[in-house]
Amino acid sequence: MKSVEEIQSAIQAAVPGAQVEIVPNGSPSGQHSLLLDAQHAVAVAKFLRDDGELELDYLSNATGVDWLDKEITEKVKVTRTITKTVDGVEQPVEETVEETRKHVQPGYLEAVYHLYSMAKKHGPVVLRMRTGNRTDQVELPSLTPIWRSAELQEREIFDLFGIIFTGHPDLRRILMWDGFKDHPMRRDYVEPDDFEYEPTAHDEVLARAQAHRAAQQGSAGAGAQTTAGAER
Amino acid sequence: MAVDEKLKIELGKQGILVTTLQELYNWGRRNSVWPMQFGLACCAIEMIATTMARYDMARFGAEVFRPSPRQADLMIISGTVTKKMAPQVVRLYNQMAEPKYVIAMGACAISGGPFKQGYNVLKGIDRYIPVDVHIPGCPPRPEALLQAFITLQKKIDDQRLTGEQRPPHLDEKAQGEFPVPKYGEHDLEPSSNPGVWPVPITIR
Repeated sequence: MKSVEEIQSAIQAAVPGAQVEIVPNGSPSGQHSLLLDAQHAVAVAKFLRDDGELELDYLSNATGVDWLDKEITEKVKVTRTITKTVDGVEQPVEETVEETRKHVQPGYLEAVYHLYSMAKKHGPVVLRMRTGNRTDQVELPSLTPIWRSAELQEREIFDLFGIIFTGHPDLRRILMWDGFKDHPMRRDYVEPDDFEYEPTAHDEVLARAQAHRAAQQGSAGAGAQTTAGAER
Repeated sequence: MAVDEKLKIELGKQGILVTTLQELYNWGRRNSVWPMQFGLACCAIEMIATTMARYDMARFGAEVFRPSPRQADLMIISGTVTKKMAPQVVRLYNQMAEPKYVIAMGACAISGGPFKQGYNVLKGIDRYIPVDVHIPGCPPRPEALLQAFITLQKKIDDQRLTGEQRPPHLDEKAQGEFPVPKYGEHDLEPSSNPGVWPVPITIR
C-alpha cells in the first residue's frame, strides 16, 4: 500500500484545494493519520474509495475524540535592547532574556475514521476531521454518503460527543433518549449525582462522595452532625 | 396449621388427604410460576440455558415463558437495565397481573454492576419496582437462577392468605402500579421511586 505521504500527495493531486495534513503517530505501530479539512472531506473520501490503486471500500470504525482547551507554557528567548553603562559610557546593549509565555490552545472535537480495502486487502488508512471549537462550531461533513457503514457510528458520535454531521440522512441520538441534553463522552461531562456511595470510597469516588455529602448537608441545614474529619 | 404434620402423614398413608385452602392455593401457585419471556443482556443467555434440557427449569413448573406480561407471573430482570430501558421495564411490570414476582438476576440488575459509575445504566432495578430475589454474579450460573427460583417458591409457600403478612394481591391497600420514570434532560425523573427504594444512609 502507498505510504501516508504518497496518499497525501495523491489526494492533493486529485482534489484541488484540499488541505491534507499528516498527524504523526509516535508509537511503534506508526499509524500516521490524515487530517482533512471539512470543506473538501467528502470529495477526498470519494477519491479514496473510488481510486483504482487505493480502493478503500470498507469503513471499519468511526469514533470521536474530545480535546479540551490546553494551556501551553513555553520558554522563549527574547532579545531586547537595553541601555547599560559600559566603561563609564552609556550605550545600548543587546541582551537575551528567557521569558515564559502562556497561551491557550483552543480545544476541538475530532472524528476519526479507519478505512480498509476489501478488494486490495490493505489498510488501515486513518482519517481525522476537527471541528472549529467545542461549543458552537461543531459541524463536520458526514461521510455516510460515501461509506454507508458510517451511519450508525456517526449517530453515536453525535450522541456522545455532540459533533453535528451535515449531510447525514438520519441524525438522531442512538444510545441516549431524544430529550437528553448532555454529551456523556465529553471530558467535561458531569454525570447526575444519583450514586449510592459505599463506606469505603477512595480516589475519585471519594472526592465525589465528599462533594455529594457536602451538598446534602448544605440542603439539610447546619444541624448535621457529621464533621469533615469523619469523612475518612 | 390446624392439622398436625404427623397426623397428616398418617392419614395420607390411609389414603386420606387433609389440607388447608392456603396450602392448596400456595402449592398451585408455586408450581406454576410462569416467567415473562424477555431478556436484557448477557444474563439472558444463562436464563435461556436454565430453561434448556441440561438445567431444565420445567422441573419446577416454570417451563412456559410467556411473551405477554398479562400471562406472566414472574419477571426475571436478566441483565443490564439501561436508563433508556428502565421505563419500559417498569411499564411491563405494571402490566403484569397479580400475583407477580421479580427476580433481579446478575450484578447489573441488582446494583448496576460494572457500569455503576457510568452515565447510562440504572443502578439497580430495585430503585423502581419491588424485587423478591436478588442473585449476584456476572452472569450467575444457571444453578444460581434455579436457587433463586426455589427461594421464590419457598417464599410463595410461606405466604399467608390473611393477616398483615398477606401478599399484595390480597391486600386492597397495597400499591398495584408503580410510577414509570420519565426521560429527563440529564437523568431519569425521578431517579428512584421513594416508596420502593429509600436512599441508603451510610453509617460511619
